[in-house]
Amino acid sequence: MYRIRFHGRGGQGMKTASRILGNAFFGEGFEVQDAPRYGAERRGAPIFAYVRAAREAIDERGIITRPDLVIVADDTLVPEPASGVLAGVDEHTVLLINTMESANVWRHRLNISGPVITLPASADVEDRAELPYIGATCAGAGARLVGVIGRETLADAIRLELAEHGAGVIERNQENALEAYDRMEEHAGTVTESGATSAVDYERPEWAELPFEAARISAPTIYAAANSVEVRTGLWRTLRPVIDHERCNRCWWVCSTFCPDGVIAVGDDGSPSIDYDHCKGCMICVAMCPPHAIEAVPEQEAQHAGTAGEAP
Amino acid sequence: MTRALLTGNAAAAWGARLSGVDYVPAFPITPQTEIIETLACWIDNGEMPGRLVTLDSEHSMITAAGAAAATGVRVFSATSSQGLLYAMEMLYTVAGWRAPFVLINVSRGLASPITLESDHNDIMAARDSGFLQIHCATCQEVLDSTLLAYRLGEDARVRLPVIVNLDGFYLSFTREPVEIPEAEQGSRFAGTFDPENMRFRATTPESQAVAVLGGSPYSYFRYEIHLAAENALTVYDELAAEFAGAFGRDYPAVEAYRTEDAEYILVMLGSFATKAQGAVDRLRDAGWSIGLLRPRLLRPFPAATLQRLLAGKKGVAVIDQNLSMGRGGVLHTELLAALYGQAHAPPVVASFIGGLGGRDISAEEFYEMADALRRATDEGRTPPPRLLYTRDEIREMRKLQAVAHVEREELNERR
Repeated sequence: MYRIRFHGRGGQGMKTASRILGNAFFGEGFEVQDAPRYGAERRGAPIFAYVRAAREAIDERGIITRPDLVIVADDTLVPEPASGVLAGVDEHTVLLINTMESANVWRHRLNISGPVITLPASADVEDRAELPYIGATCAGAGARLVGVIGRETLADAIRLELAEHGAGVIERNQENALEAYDRMEEHAGTVTESGATSAVDYERPEWAELPFEAARISAPTIYAAANSVEVRTGLWRTLRPVIDHERCNRCWWVCSTFCPDGVIAVGDDGSPSIDYDHCKGCMICVAMCPPHAIEAVPEQEAQHAGTAGEAP
Repeated sequence: MTRALLTGNAAAAWGARLSGVDYVPAFPITPQTEIIETLACWIDNGEMPGRLVTLDSEHSMITAAGAAAATGVRVFSATSSQGLLYAMEMLYTVAGWRAPFVLINVSRGLASPITLESDHNDIMAARDSGFLQIHCATCQEVLDSTLLAYRLGEDARVRLPVIVNLDGFYLSFTREPVEIPEAEQGSRFAGTFDPENMRFRATTPESQAVAVLGGSPYSYFRYEIHLAAENALTVYDELAAEFAGAFGRDYPAVEAYRTEDAEYILVMLGSFATKAQGAVDRLRDAGWSIGLLRPRLLRPFPAATLQRLLAGKKGVAVIDQNLSMGRGGVLHTELLAALYGQAHAPPVVASFIGGLGGRDISAEEFYEMADALRRATDEGRTPPPRLLYTRDEIREMRKLQAVAHVEREELNERR
């Protein structure tokens, strides 16, 4: 059975990617199971989706714990433990990362022994409006890595998944996905199937007794007010608003008033600063600023360049 | 017939469409909303006749469903979790009206704490309402069970509403290959609802809101519902045979997988049973004599079939994805009641609680449950109920508690 996991952020099309790859396997005569997995859905938050494909009926369900292939659409997720990108990754697992950095850099950074393949899809993205195509691009690369999906089947899979979006969207996605498919030629078939966990020799689960604890401890109660500040919602951001303080006219109120999350503070001199721990990257400030002093910078780029010089 | 990848939710919508549903009272709730969205889309663009109306709550939705069914039209609705609980008063009421319709429940754990993920406590809460219950393990089964459920509920020997249950996420948002029957095949099996003399008309007013004082008439009416539900066992078997003839897919009231020669048996409901099936195969590879029983019907409870299939077995492990506070697993309790005093009943019936609030059950845990069962039968002693919860999970919980503690101190200092 092939077990494949896609990691990305809400809005990057990971569900679509899993469905395209699912359609493609199905088109090649495989039995398929695909599903997205998210909590309280929100744009920019880490989500993942998965695909199982096998020649026989699939009886496994739920999250893939031992993946054969992990596809990461957004490399800012890799170091984020909560996103679970590396969960269950071993020497058999192929890691495909959409990144501008080299495979070697990632191999050393993550200290993993399995194959790492990079897909510099973002390099081609000059226009931010092109980013939604990243899902299909990742699916296209994945289709080539498993080596059992034909080019035509992939194109059909995209047509089927995106039928309601019209010919233009279908063609653009096909173009990107097929380009990624071709780019992976030298790695075709790198990803191989793995079997089920044997019942003879398996790691025994260490079950434990839950002790009784008083309700003061064991009730799901939050004993502190105003604690949402502890949730670093800045991790959901795909675009970062960066203030050009030269251009800012110290109006003191527009960006901070329109910010729906109250994360823009204004200093005594009227100059604003953004709390990047909690800015979700909605870009309303960018749209509202009268002298256009706030720029939207892709989060990935901002982190690599250290543009704003601030956390995270 | 088309074979396509469908989510459990889409399969439910297809079941409603192929059953020729006339009326869909609706209210959204995760993880069910995709069902009513799909139906709304089809009705809106003319692919499906019928009428969909959004109501102000699940309570109103079930009232509307029961009232519409009492006029003799075919009614479909869907809900989940808190929504099912909010509708609870009307579930009992419309079942008493003897108004048949199909309600999909997409299983999701209950508050508190609130969650979006799957377990069976919601559907168990509706256990005694008078609704019949069909539990599904695959997306195909969701579509097929919806077709079956109309015939079952509408049968003159039954006349009760039916809940078709599917697990949130594990089926609702998961695509699998599903054979979608042609419209003509679907309507041939589903037929039309013949309400006979139960047919409310504005021109011939009736009242469904009957009050009775004194326990004797009340007992009569309530026990009649029970007898109708029990009749559903026979009616179901007939329909399942007819369905198998028409579609080539077999849905016995209790699915038995490699049980015939098995000494040990796992028993569970719902979509995790396919995982159990895989575990049975691996355990068989490792030399085990083990099988799986999956009741599809929970109400009526197929007690006689379970007694027969479990007679002479060495040990049984019941895996409950629900928890009755102060008692334990509901299916375990029900199975014990069915087995008590039966000749050749298995001497050990162990209870495992797992999969609460979307917690997975790993292949290793299935193997370990089999092993615990074998040890228990060797000792001839039923072990205490076991929550599937690992040392790592306790550590993780302790870590969260520590974080909460530190954050609280931090926030208090800030003030």
